[in-house]
Formats: sequence, structure tokens, C-alpha cells
Amino acid sequence: MIRVVLPQHLRTLVKVSQPLELQLAEPATIGAPLDALENRYPVLRGTIRDQLTRQRRPFIRFFACGQDLSLEPLETALPPAVTAGVEPVRIVGAMPGG
Amino acid sequence: MYASQSTGWFGQLIQRSNDGGQTWEPVGNNFAYQSTPGTHLWYDGTQHPWEFKPVWRLEPSLTDPDVVYAGVEDAALFRSADAGQTWQELGGLRDAKGHLWQPGAGGMCLHTIILDPANPRPIFVAISAAGAFRSDDDGQTWLPVNKGLISAFELPDSATEVGHCVHNLAMHPSRPEVLFMQKHWDVMRSDDSGDSWHEVSGNLPSDFGFPIAVHAHEPNTIYVVPIKSDSEHYPPDGKLRVYRSRSGGSEWEPLTNGLPQSDCYVNVLRSALAVDTLPSCGIYFGTTGGQVYASADSGDTWAPIVRDLPAVLSVEVQTLP
Repeated sequence: MIRVVLPQHLRTLVKVSQPLELQLAEPATIGAPLDALENRYPVLRGTIRDQLTRQRRPFIRFFACGQDLSLEPLETALPPAVTAGVEPVRIVGAMPGG
Repeated sequence: MYASQSTGWFGQLIQRSNDGGQTWEPVGNNFAYQSTPGTHLWYDGTQHPWEFKPVWRLEPSLTDPDVVYAGVEDAALFRSADAGQTWQELGGLRDAKGHLWQPGAGGMCLHTIILDPANPRPIFVAISAAGAFRSDDDGQTWLPVNKGLISAFELPDSATEVGHCVHNLAMHPSRPEVLFMQKHWDVMRSDDSGDSWHEVSGNLPSDFGFPIAVHAHEPNTIYVVPIKSDSEHYPPDGKLRVYRSRSGGSEWEPLTNGLPQSDCYVNVLRSALAVDTLPSCGIYFGTTGGQVYASADSGDTWAPIVRDLPAVLSVEVQTLP
């Protein structure tokens, strides 16, 4: 079981206020919670990744254990503290300047 | 009711309300072009791949509650037959010389969809910097309908078949063969379902603008909001004036009572002018300064009914029984 924290607007969209708990098949990779989220909440399709290219949207970042995982290949294993359910994966709407 | 939400963070969402806007539910947001989308003309004259950007316009069918159309950027028309859950492109539109369409300053957006309440088969759409297009078979095949449009400042061939920057179209349901158009420059009229157009800018102080609307009960009474120019999107002389023609164009009167007549530098965007169907025909428009003005008497007098919004992109009116 891992935990995922969504940005506020996506929490509103899926009508949850707490971190989501997801059961992932092994191996638990960076891409696995994204697939699980989009399967459980189809409304999230297109909001985190482009529906056609499956690429991360430009202003979305993935963090866990204080590390930015956004640029890691999706096949990369999640940190042990995440798979142990101690630390969440955080999906963050970046704060672009302007 | 439908609403299009699009942000740089989370992309495109479509929301639907079944209770007049009290509550909203997200519906389908997968707008996949039919087959390989191909290319269109780019700013530098090369061909550029079609890429989905925001939904600019949602137009529910006037006869089938489950059917809704969506106009998107890069320009294409989508149709949903399940109240927005899934979307299918009407790809025949891009066969109407889509490879020659080229984005303008506002992007290559399909922003206007006109349906005929008496006949579901004709559909008109307008695309920025491409023109107006008509389908006579419920969106399967399309023709450019731009004969008579002259874009001398914008195009090397001023009377080309596609490439005209149409800003908005309007039709009165009782007279579907008559269309009115606010083009980049010029206010135009067609009396033959778009087969030909003639200019009706007449005595307007500027014939540049974005929205155009028809009175609910007087098919020859039309409204525009002139702004100064393509590079100066504010009212001439700082006076916010709606112009009304009771003759279907060419002869226009300024409507100023209740509107700011000095130092006003807002714009009214193409989807931000609407009419209701009450006997006296209310008119409503929103500004880029965040005000919404309303007239309960066909435009004779105005008052602000909302202020301090962000720039108003769209105003829709529902006349309740």
C-alpha cells in the first residue's frame, strides 16, 4: 500500500481530502501509481499526463522523500520508504513564475 | 449546462451541470483527432502538426439533449452523442483545405458553432484566420463559405477561399439563411446561407470587433461592440458603446445610456455578448475588465450587474419559464 498526495485542484476533482491509498502490483515503479490513479479515477486522465503522448504535463512534478522524481524514467523503482507506506508520493502543481 | 476549463497545469476538463449550475460533474476530456491529424500552415510558411489545445466552444444540440458539439484549438469540431462522456471528431471539416489554415494571433481556434433549430443537418462554424465553413449533412462534409470576404490588410490574396479571420457569427432562428459576421475588420452579412457575403459596416466608428448578436424577436436587429483596431483592443475614444442596427446592418446607432463614456479601455470578447428571449429582449455583455453589463430593453439602457470578475470570456443567458 502506498500513499499519494494530489494537488488541491485534483483533490477537488476526485472529491477526496485525504492522501489516497493505492495497492500497487510489484514492481512498484514511479509510473505505477499514475496508472493506478487513472484507472481508479478516469477523470484524472489528461490532468497529470497528456492523454495521447502519456508525457507528464509541463507544470506537474512528482516528489517523494524530499527528492524530485519528475525526470526519472517511469520504470524506476519507488523509494523503499514509499513502498513501505511511510512516505507519500506527492504530485505537485508547480509554481511557475510570471 | 456545459463548461470548458483549461489551465496550463491540469490541461482540459469539461464539466456538466444537470441542475442549472448548482453542482457540476466532470465528463469526458479525451479529444483525439480522427486518424492521423496531419499538418496545417505555420507562421513561417512550413507545415506544422495539428496539436490539441483548449476547447473554445461548447454548443449543445437544439433538438437532442445528449448531443453536444465542441470547437477546439488546433481547429477541429468534435461531437458527443452521450452528453459529453465521449467525443468523436467530425474530421471532414479539416478536409476543407485544412492544410492551408494558419493560426492568427489568437491561435487557430474553432470558436463559433451555429445550429439551426428547425433543421439539424446544417451546421456553420467559424475558425480564426481560416474562415467560415458550412456542413449540410450534420457535420460529415464541409465547404468553406467565404465568398465576398475581403481581407486586404491580412492576406496576400485578399479574396482567398480560406484564411479570413472570422471573429464571430450570428443567426436568428426564424431566418436561418441569413447570417451576420464580425470579421477581424468588417461586419458582413449573407442572405444565402454563407454562399456569398456583403459588407454592412456602414457608419460604425470602427468595423473591428469580436462579438455579434441578433435580437431575440427582431431578426433584422443586430448588435456589435466596435473596438479601435487589431492592435488596440479598446473602444474608440475610450467610450464603451454597443452599436445596434435595426436594418440588418449598414445603419448603426450607438447605445451609451449607462455605459462608461470616458476613459474606458476594456474589450468585449467574441463569446461575451448574449441575448435572452424575454419579450423586451435583454442584452448582456462581459468585459475584459471583469464587468457584466445588462440591458432589459434591447439595449436602450444599461447597468452593470457584476463587477470585479477576472476578464469575462463568455456570457450565456438562460431564460427561465
